Amino acid sequence: MDVTKNRPSIIVEHVQKTFLLRHAHSFKEAFISKIKKKKISSSFQALKDIDFTVNEGESVAILGYNGSGKSTLLKLISGVLEPDKGRILTRGRVAGLIEVGAGFHPDLSGRENVYLNAAILGMSKREIDERFDDIVAFSEIEEFIDSEVKHYSSGMFLRLAFSVAIHVELDILLVDEILSVGDAPFREKCRKKIRELVDEGKTMVVVSHDTGTVRDLCDRGIVIRKGEMVFDGPVEEAITALKGK
Amino acid sequence: MTATEPVDLTGFSVPGRGNGLFDVFRRRYLLRLLVRKGVSTRYRNSALGWGWSYVKPLTQYFIYYFVMGIVLGRNRGIDNFAVYLLAGIIMVNLFNEAFSNATKSIVDNKALVKKIYLPREMFPIAAVIVAFVHFLPQVAVLVVVSALTGWTPSLLELGAILFGALIVVLLASGLGLIFGAVNVSFRDAQNLVEIIRLFATWASPVLYSYVSIAAVMPDWLTRIYMMNPLTSAIELFHYGFWFSTSDGSLQPPPHLLQYSLIGLVIALVVTAIGQLVFRRFERRFAQDL
Repeated sequence: MDVTKNRPSIIVEHVQKTFLLRHAHSFKEAFISKIKKKKISSSFQALKDIDFTVNEGESVAILGYNGSGKSTLLKLISGVLEPDKGRILTRGRVAGLIEVGAGFHPDLSGRENVYLNAAILGMSKREIDERFDDIVAFSEIEEFIDSEVKHYSSGMFLRLAFSVAIHVELDILLVDEILSVGDAPFREKCRKKIRELVDEGKTMVVVSHDTGTVRDLCDRGIVIRKGEMVFDGPVEEAITALKGK
Repeated sequence: MTATEPVDLTGFSVPGRGNGLFDVFRRRYLLRLLVRKGVSTRYRNSALGWGWSYVKPLTQYFIYYFVMGIVLGRNRGIDNFAVYLLAGIIMVNLFNEAFSNATKSIVDNKALVKKIYLPREMFPIAAVIVAFVHFLPQVAVLVVVSALTGWTPSLLELGAILFGALIVVLLASGLGLIFGAVNVSFRDAQNLVEIIRLFATWASPVLYSYVSIAAVMPDWLTRIYMMNPLTSAIELFHYGFWFSTSDGSLQPPPHLLQYSLIGLVIALVVTAIGQLVFRRFERRFAQDL
């Protein structure tokens, strides 16, 4: 970890995120609660004062058990959510292997879905044209590419979705528990592909509680427990810190 | 890595902070694909397919024509009532369709909004464009019917048609942004939209002429009625498609140009407010959906 030489790619500064859980979903409910002075919402603090920097080319694991706030943190970095306090800055194109397939439409063909989803993930037409063959080859569903996605098996669907996401031009890759996709050979292929991106010097943030994957892909680990950052350091020590206490 | 260490922040950006509507047009390719998706999946698994976009408005049209025109005799004083009514209905349908599609667009796309960041204005705008695509075959019907009754368009008439469509598209986009954003937290918005749609049909000169409404309303109210952007858009459409086919006994409303410009300004203001409201609510989309 050469901190002085590399420029940071992701800066997370004293970030706090509180969820307001709204109990009213209509004007009427909101109004009645106001009259009765009942609380219309309760809050839940998902992240407390998270502060770290990821340098270019680093691959960092965010470790924590369910509900610790690690996925929230990833959503903040991707821009889906906004922090309540503090700020987050990123440099370059951010792409996420987060819930791949979110933009797929069952009534469109595989080909149409590839274009649509690659565009959603920020690619231009030219970039997609160039990579289309790679995307299809990686997913191994060449013969079905022109049939509607609703006829795909769930495995085929996920392979195609993952393949689109991994071929997006990016500088920062966010990965959320993705390596549970498909069968063992495909998982191995995905891991290899991610490994390639890391070796190319892409910045990566992985959220996981699977220590095997993390050990394989990351050098640094950040442990989050109940919204607080409790450890930041080499990945082996982070895993120990996660399991300990 | 202490916080005090000065970092060169050039090239950094805040994730999730876009430029609103400008981003929508910067990412035209995505917009085009979303529109294509909306258009091609709309009538999937229906035998008639795009035929529905003729059947629905035409059914509505014949009911109105029969009840309003013949039973209630509203066609008196309006020559070539068939074209008059069709032009108005098509325009108000464009508004209603675009507005309600845009209102539902964010909730309909919640899978995406919750998981991937992209300029969310994309969805209401794509919904409005899909409604516009849907409007074109209806215009084709209107063109045929008008032509059969002696319509030979002049440049001024074509200009009026485009101007009217522009006002409606802007108004529907602006209102769609507002209600689409509010709809995320309060699903009441959809019901309110139903009421506005009802108003749109009846509080504009679709089923009757502006003369008959002016006869029963005080002057100031008529003026407000004329300032409704939908009124001027529909009158522009009447001017473009119908006026030259009629005997000229019902003249276009006085000061139509001024009222149309007022309508355009109102539509632009609504769009700007829509953008502001949308940006305010946008921050909560991913957690409220």
